This record gives sequence, structure tokens and C-alpha cells, in this order.
Amino acid sequence: MTSNARHKFLAMKLTDTLQFASGSLRGSPTRTLLMMLAMSIGVAAVVILTALGEGARRYVVNQFSSLGTNLVIVLPGRTETAGIGPGMMTGQTPRDITLDDVQALMQSPSIKRVAPLTVGSATLSLDALNRDVVVAGSTSALLEVRHMTLGLGRFLPAGDIQESASVCVLGNGITRELFGTKQAVGQWVRLGDRRFRVIGVLASQGESMGLRTDDLVIVPVASSLQLFNTSGMFRVLLEAKNRDVIEQVKTEAEAIMVSRHSGERDVTVITQDAVLATFDRILSALTMAVGGIAAISLAVAGVLIMNVMLIAVAQRVKEIGLLKALGSPPEQIRALFFAEAALLSSVGSLAGLVLGYAGAFVIGQIYPSLPVTPPWWAVLAACGTALSTGILFSVWPARRAARLDPVAALAGR
Amino acid sequence: MIELQNVSRTFTVGDQQVTALRDINMKLGAGEYLSIMGPSGSGKSTMLNLLGLLDRPSTGAYLLDGGNVTDLSDAQQAKVRSEKIGFVFQSFHLVPRLTAAQNIELPMMLAGIPVEVRKQRVAELIASYGLRERADHRPDQLSGGQRQRVAIARATVMKPSVLLADEPTGNLDRTTGWEVLKLLEQLIESGITLVIVTHDAEIGARAKRQIQMLDGAILYDEQRTS
Repeated sequence: MTSNARHKFLAMKLTDTLQFASGSLRGSPTRTLLMMLAMSIGVAAVVILTALGEGARRYVVNQFSSLGTNLVIVLPGRTETAGIGPGMMTGQTPRDITLDDVQALMQSPSIKRVAPLTVGSATLSLDALNRDVVVAGSTSALLEVRHMTLGLGRFLPAGDIQESASVCVLGNGITRELFGTKQAVGQWVRLGDRRFRVIGVLASQGESMGLRTDDLVIVPVASSLQLFNTSGMFRVLLEAKNRDVIEQVKTEAEAIMVSRHSGERDVTVITQDAVLATFDRILSALTMAVGGIAAISLAVAGVLIMNVMLIAVAQRVKEIGLLKALGSPPEQIRALFFAEAALLSSVGSLAGLVLGYAGAFVIGQIYPSLPVTPPWWAVLAACGTALSTGILFSVWPARRAARLDPVAALAGR
Repeated sequence: MIELQNVSRTFTVGDQQVTALRDINMKLGAGEYLSIMGPSGSGKSTMLNLLGLLDRPSTGAYLLDGGNVTDLSDAQQAKVRSEKIGFVFQSFHLVPRLTAAQNIELPMMLAGIPVEVRKQRVAELIASYGLRERADHRPDQLSGGQRQRVAIARATVMKPSVLLADEPTGNLDRTTGWEVLKLLEQLIESGITLVIVTHDAEIGARAKRQIQMLDGAILYDEQRTS
């Protein structure tokens, strides 16, 4: 037998394959559109849902960052996730973190700022107006540490933290309620049984991690201890000099507290990063789970593609027979059906991406505080899943087509 | 160049064995004009399918151009079909969504022949089959005769050595049928081997060599002398 040297066999050109495949897809437009619709809804669902999850994650991260940067927080009492704390063994309650402890922490070289924090509730009154407010006791460092903004006047004065000056800074909301349009700075208000002079008003900041600074009254830490007759801090906020020394600050703070509390580890030191990382993990897992659920719809689209492809094989049985008679080997017929599936899935995914991004944009317009952007990995995964399900589910129909008996196929059987 | 040696073909229909061809021996030289006639069920279509490598004999051997093609793989047989065999069907079997030119081009496209070569060859055929005005029409816009001319152009586009025609005039009126037949007969001059399967004695009688089949066997095989 002479071999034909004019061309290498089975080398049907890729462009021809794609053209032929797209031709047969256009040959039945309704079917093609429905399959693409299924594919694109699946991809769009993945994109939108992961965008929402990612948006929620970023929202929480932003909220945390707004609390301050490079924060290390010292809390009284020892929290263990496992085992029994020393307090339980000796029957002691944890010791307070005192103002002296705070001053000791200020000596640490890696710490930029220290802001002690006490929290209590008291009645704020101006003439006949009374209101229950949350009173925070702190120092001048709080403004920077917590990223607060001052609206009017000045913040707590710097200086000896043991000094209990009778000054206060009011939240924006409380100021409006109490003073209306009147000048607040310089006025005297009563807080519990003590009189304080208003020296500043915070700018309106809205809610930040559940604490409304608008309704807050800030007084010097020593004053608040007297007001509530305690000696312990609620928290001590430490700001590390930079990101790299956060762990160092944590160790140092622990060491200082242990040495001051006669060798007992009765405080808990957490880093903002650790808390943030936990939230980040939880919300990332959530995003992936939601994305995974949406990906199921892609698998459903894949089954639909398989079903419709099987119908297509049955409907085009004569054409397949003809291709075989014209010298198309089984691999080529398989390749033609794969090409159809690949075209369908890729055009479907593209449409889905457009749909998904449009949906995410609309949601972003409705909830402007939610940063809805689909994560790149979800976009890749959605398109990858779409393409691979499309091709995977066309394996069976393509094999069926390739295996058709040419004589029977030509006769339409 | 075509030789069938003791070829039989049996089908299993339900639990019955049906013999479509029994012990066929036949030789066919290059450039011969053969008609295979017989009533339906006589095995003439099975014979054509075997010659076209669309079907495999149950026993026996098929030699094409001196090589045994009986036991080639599906892919190898497809290659032989692509290069050496052309088909013309009773119902034309044109791809409805492709234009006349694209239908003619199809075998070359499947074989991966470069576009320039394809376009030139298709243009030649369109001109010689008088389809110039119809090249961009789809099959449903063509008359029966035009459709069969497109099909013949497609069957010859790869310059095969054998052309197998199964009732090529079956779906055409008498006049158009004769025109198509003349077109096929002209191909013999270029050295092609033409095999026509028909139940029409008048058409069969035009061939130089005629085989009459009955019940899967060759009843007679005669050479027209005139």
C-alpha cells in the first residue's frame, strides 16, 4: 500500500476543529444557549457568593484595623484553652492590673504607646438632663492607639497618669443630645458624684466593633478608678513600635507582668494579629464553603451538558456516519465533540464571569460598606470547574459518537 | 487492485444468523466500471459497505492495491477511506449547515490539508461541476441534481482511486439522474474505479461489467463486450 505523503494524518487543524464545532453549536442555537445559560449561572453563583464571603472577611478585617495598628492587648486573668490555670489550684482570684503595672509596661523599649482602659457605666447630667453613659478611663495615648479623631477642643492631657484631673472628653452623639447647638467645650457636667469640665468632643465615627464612640465619655484613668472605686484595669492596650516587634512586645509584657505579680502568670496577652488571623481563617473557610456549594451548580450544569450532548449525538447520528465514511478516525470524532464541550463551557464561563461581576457590582452599590470583590482564586476555580466539568461530562457522549457503526449511522439508526 | 477472497458476512439478528454475503470471490481492476444489481436483501449494499471499509467481513480477506486491509484498525481504515475511497449516497448526505463549497471541502479539512490547497481544489471542482453560482448556498437551497453534484465533488476532492455509489440516482428524476450518471462515468476517464449499486436494470446495463446478486451470492458476473 502506498502511503500518502501529502499530509500527516489525524492532523485536522485546531482552527478547523473549533470552527466545525462552533458551526454545529450554532446549528442548534436554542440548545446551545440553554447550556451556556446553565454554565454561566453556575459560574456567576460562584463569583457572587465568594465575593460576598470575601467582602464579609474584608469588612471584619477593616473593622479590626480601625481599632488600631500593631496592637497588643493585656487582660487581667489567665485564659487557657486547655488545662487548669494557677488561680484554680490555689483558689485565688486573679490580681488586678494596677496603674503601677501600666507604668511598668511603659518602660518596655519595643512599646511605642500604652493606653490603659477602664470601662464603667455612670449617669451623666447637665442641669436637669440625665443620661446613662459608658465611661472609659484612659490616658492621652488612647487617641492615637485607638485611631480616634477629635472634633473640637483637645484630648486628655498628657502627664502623670496617677493624677485624677476633673476633665472629660465627650462622644459626638452625647454632646448633641446634651448641648444641642450650644458650645460644649468649657462647660461643666456631673458624672456620678463628681463634676468634670468638658475639654474636647470626639468627631463622629459611628460604630467600631460594637462600641459606639459617639455615646462614650472619656475621663483620665485615675479619675475613673476613683469614680468606680476600683484599682484594676479592664484592658491595657499596647502599641508596638512596628509590626516586627509585636511578638517581642507580647513576651516582654508577659515577663513584666509575671515579675510584678510575684512570678505568677495571671494576665492574658493577646495580639490583634492573632485575633484577626482567627477571624480571617473562619471567614475564609466560610467563603470557600459557600463557593463550594455554588460549584455544585456547576456540576449540575455539567450533567445537563452531558444529557444534551447525548441527545445531540443521537440527532446527528447521520452526520457522524458521514464523517466516518469521509475518513474521520474515532479520535477525531471524539475531538470534535470535546471541542464543542470546551467551546460551550468557555463561552458559558465568560458569560458567567460578566454576570457574576455585574452582580457583585450591584451588591456593592446596595451595600457600600461591604467591599464585594470576588477573590481571584474563586474566579479561577469557577472557570476551571466549568471547563473541566464540561469536558468531563462530554467524555461519554463523545465516546458513544466515536464508537457508532458507520453503516448503521449513515442509515440513521 | 481490488480483490475479495472468500468473503462472507453474517449478521446476528435476534438469535438468528443471517448471511448477507456468502463466499464472494471477485477481482476488480483500476479504471473498471462495475454495476452491482439485485433485489433488495440480495447483499449488494453489504458488498458496497465492505468495499468502502465501512464494514468488515466475517471471514475472508479484502485486498486493496495489493495490501490486505481486512484487519486494519478503525483509525487505519479511516485513513484508507480518506485517501482512496469516495462515497456517493442515494440521499446525498450533505451537512445541512455547511455551504456547497464547505461540504466539498469537508474531507480535505478532516484530513488536515492546508487551507490554500483546499481552497484551490474546491474552486476547481466547483467550476468543473458548474456550481459556481451555488457555491455559497446551503443544501436546502439546492435542487436534487445540484446536491448530488456537490456530493460527487466531495467524493472526488481527495482524488480517490475508487468511487462507490449507492443508488446515486435513486432520489432524482429521470433526466437529472442521467446527467448525474454521465458525470460519474466521466470520472472513469481519469482512471477512477467506479462501482454503482442499483436495482435499476437500465442503469446497471450501462456499466462495462455487471454483477447480478441473489441471496448473498454472485449470480452472474459478465463483461459487456460491445
